[in-house]
Amino acid sequence: MEYQDSSKAGFESALKLNASQLVDSLEKGDIGEAVQLINELNKTRDRGLFHEVGKLTRELHNAIVNFKLDPRLPHASEVSQIADATERLNYVVTMTEKAANRTMDLVELSSPLVTQVSTEAQTLSEDWGRFMRREMDADGFRELTRRIEQFLARTAQDGAAVSGHLNDILLAQDYQDLTGQVIKRVTQLVTEVESNLLNLMLMASRVDRFAGIEHGEISGSEKAHKEKSASHGEGPQIHADKLDDVASCQDDVDDLLSSLGF
Amino acid sequence: MKILIVDDFSTMRRIIKNLLRDLGFTNTAEADDGVTALPMLQSGSFDFLVTDWNMPGMSGIDLLRAVRADERLKGMPVLMVTAEAKRDQIIEAAQAGVNGYVVKPFTAQVLKEKIEKIFERVNG
Repeated sequence: MEYQDSSKAGFESALKLNASQLVDSLEKGDIGEAVQLINELNKTRDRGLFHEVGKLTRELHNAIVNFKLDPRLPHASEVSQIADATERLNYVVTMTEKAANRTMDLVELSSPLVTQVSTEAQTLSEDWGRFMRREMDADGFRELTRRIEQFLARTAQDGAAVSGHLNDILLAQDYQDLTGQVIKRVTQLVTEVESNLLNLMLMASRVDRFAGIEHGEISGSEKAHKEKSASHGEGPQIHADKLDDVASCQDDVDDLLSSLGF
Repeated sequence: MKILIVDDFSTMRRIIKNLLRDLGFTNTAEADDGVTALPMLQSGSFDFLVTDWNMPGMSGIDLLRAVRADERLKGMPVLMVTAEAKRDQIIEAAQAGVNGYVVKPFTAQVLKEKIEKIFERVNG
């Protein structure tokens, strides 16, 4: 960085010095010397430009090596980090989907058991009430005890099954640990890529300075094109409570719709 | 009452299907985007449509517009269940003729309320 600044400062001081000498020699009418000075100026500029272009090229090369993007490189058999990140994120999708399905499977297995126990308990409790009020004959009571015996046996069995399912549901949440790790690594990669790109951009801007290139602002139509059309959807809003144009909860949606006459 | 559930994520379809079953709606079918949903709607005798917004192929908002533009389907009640929560989008859906709008993540209670409200209006 310091060297950068010193080379730029060197260029600028050489520019100033040669410029004043150029004016002097032109005033003196010494055209030969003036041409010499212009050549000198050009050389200084070219040296700086070559130097910056050289550095930009080196940085680009490093970036390509770091991201392993070039298929001709010797370690191309390893996937590029970006491709790897894509694969990792796909893994997250698969893992979360599997966990969600496993959880729903277990809930679907458990809920009929629980419903059955609860319905049976209700019927038994009604019959038990009849017995307590002495509205039941001996045969009815024998039948009731038989059903209670069955109910107790089944409850014990179903209870164990449901408790097993609950345990499995708990275990199915282990994806959070794995996907969390994967997402953290991908986030890290994105941050790295961003800072490397920023570096490249700074390098390129130095080349621009030496070459005298100026970039126009992005034109309005391009900007408009870049803005996503709302119809395409944006996915979940991450900081809904901090954004003004986003409904942060169902109540906000309901308010908005009722203001529209819904 | 036959209901079509449209969402590109099978887990979300399953959640909605289960919630609908708990509410007493057992006759449901599924589609993973507007492109597959529209012919199903046109050929099947569906009474109600629950759709996501953001899907590959044909989005939920386009499906809603297609339903409203179809002479035989235009009266069908449509509930949007989506993660899209921008005010502009909710207004867009309202203008396209949505009957209810539920933002994800949602609760069983909210889904129940919105569905009941839609049927109250349709029947009333």
